[in-house]
Amino acid sequence: MAVEMTINGLPCRSTADPACRLLDVLREEFGLPGTKEGCGEGECGACAVLVDGQLANSCLVPVGQLEGAAVTTIEGIPANSPVAQAFLACGATQCGICTPGMVMATVALLQDNPRCTREDVRRGLSGNLCRCTGYARIYEAVLQAAGDLPHD
Amino acid sequence: MTEWRRPRHLREALELLGESPDRYRIVAGGTDVMVERHLHPENAPAGWLDISGLSELRGIARLETGELRVGAMTPLSAVREDAAVRESWPLLAASAAVTGAPAIQNRATLGGNICNASPAADNPPVLLAYGAEIEIASAGGVRRIPYSAFHAGYRRTVLGQGEMVTGLWLKPVPRGSRQYFRKVGTRAAQAITKVGLAAVVPFGPDGTVRGARFGFSSVAETPCLARTTAAALEGRSPLAVPSGEIGALLEQDIAPISDLRSTGAYRRQVAARLVREALQAGHFQ
Repeated sequence: MAVEMTINGLPCRSTADPACRLLDVLREEFGLPGTKEGCGEGECGACAVLVDGQLANSCLVPVGQLEGAAVTTIEGIPANSPVAQAFLACGATQCGICTPGMVMATVALLQDNPRCTREDVRRGLSGNLCRCTGYARIYEAVLQAAGDLPHD
Repeated sequence: MTEWRRPRHLREALELLGESPDRYRIVAGGTDVMVERHLHPENAPAGWLDISGLSELRGIARLETGELRVGAMTPLSAVREDAAVRESWPLLAASAAVTGAPAIQNRATLGGNICNASPAADNPPVLLAYGAEIEIASAGGVRRIPYSAFHAGYRRTVLGQGEMVTGLWLKPVPRGSRQYFRKVGTRAAQAITKVGLAAVVPFGPDGTVRGARFGFSSVAETPCLARTTAAALEGRSPLAVPSGEIGALLEQDIAPISDLRSTGAYRRQVAARLVREALQAGHFQ
């Protein structure tokens, strides 16, 4: 059984075991190591990607479910995109393991709710853990990307 | 390579299950079974029956009878956002919104949360409090039973060979009922519940309790109804129930254990306080 899907807009055909995690398919079959494994249990969000535009933990998605799906990973987010630029400008990263998942959660949140409040941000990123530091700069980056922060 | 079956029609799925019920493990959203597969690869099944392609099992419909049917494959994000659920069964929207976090809610399904049969699951207390019914199908037909009869023991259900859950049915809530949901955990998102309570408390014209239902998580080997407590409160004013009495009544209904998340003593205390809060100030949290 092979699964045909698109990854970051490119048609891809996975011949991995259908019960295999999308996370492993991305990293090992397609050489996209930007998606990180944190806990492997859906607790930390480091492996978050978009599946058909919806945020999902790739460690919990069996590739057998993805026939015809559109997957977006951190490699599909351009460095000059508003979200990536806001993370850079706000210093919203430290060791970097959580960053791809944080960015993907932000992309998903802003797509559904471009005028989000700080409370929306807290909820939207609630499944993404950062173990280096606090979340203040990350939340600032999301709000800046949303254009909600006053610029002075 | 693992056998992976992804039928497009319910009938086909039920026939596969009927032919070889022990062969397949059902996967819906995958958020529980994929964790199990990763932690215990030695327990992997011979085949997977992927029901995520069964559009018949997705969706929420309000019927002319006033009942609500939620398809078993409906993701929790859709339950959380549904207008009818939010308006008339708000506890279900509240429990869906605190099951994991958004990435989980986009994949995890209501049926899966129930069939995984964890005593700590977040949606079962609400279904118990609403007196929901569960729709179960096999190649031989469909049956509906009270959800309160679904859990048979620790992580066991009454599902027979070749059966699967296809939907949940909710009745309208009596007007003027107080509704309450609270999940107690280490943090708001992702945490596995230490104690959870969903309560529906209808009142008679004289302000006394009439037919209250208290659904708990994480205080027994299955999600459970506090039947003794509810019976003892019948016909009484909620303000006239001493808090010590609630704790004593709950001893008949719950049997919390000490584990890595909490202690039995803490769970008993919190359970009693949640019931008191539900009686005095219904809200959602």
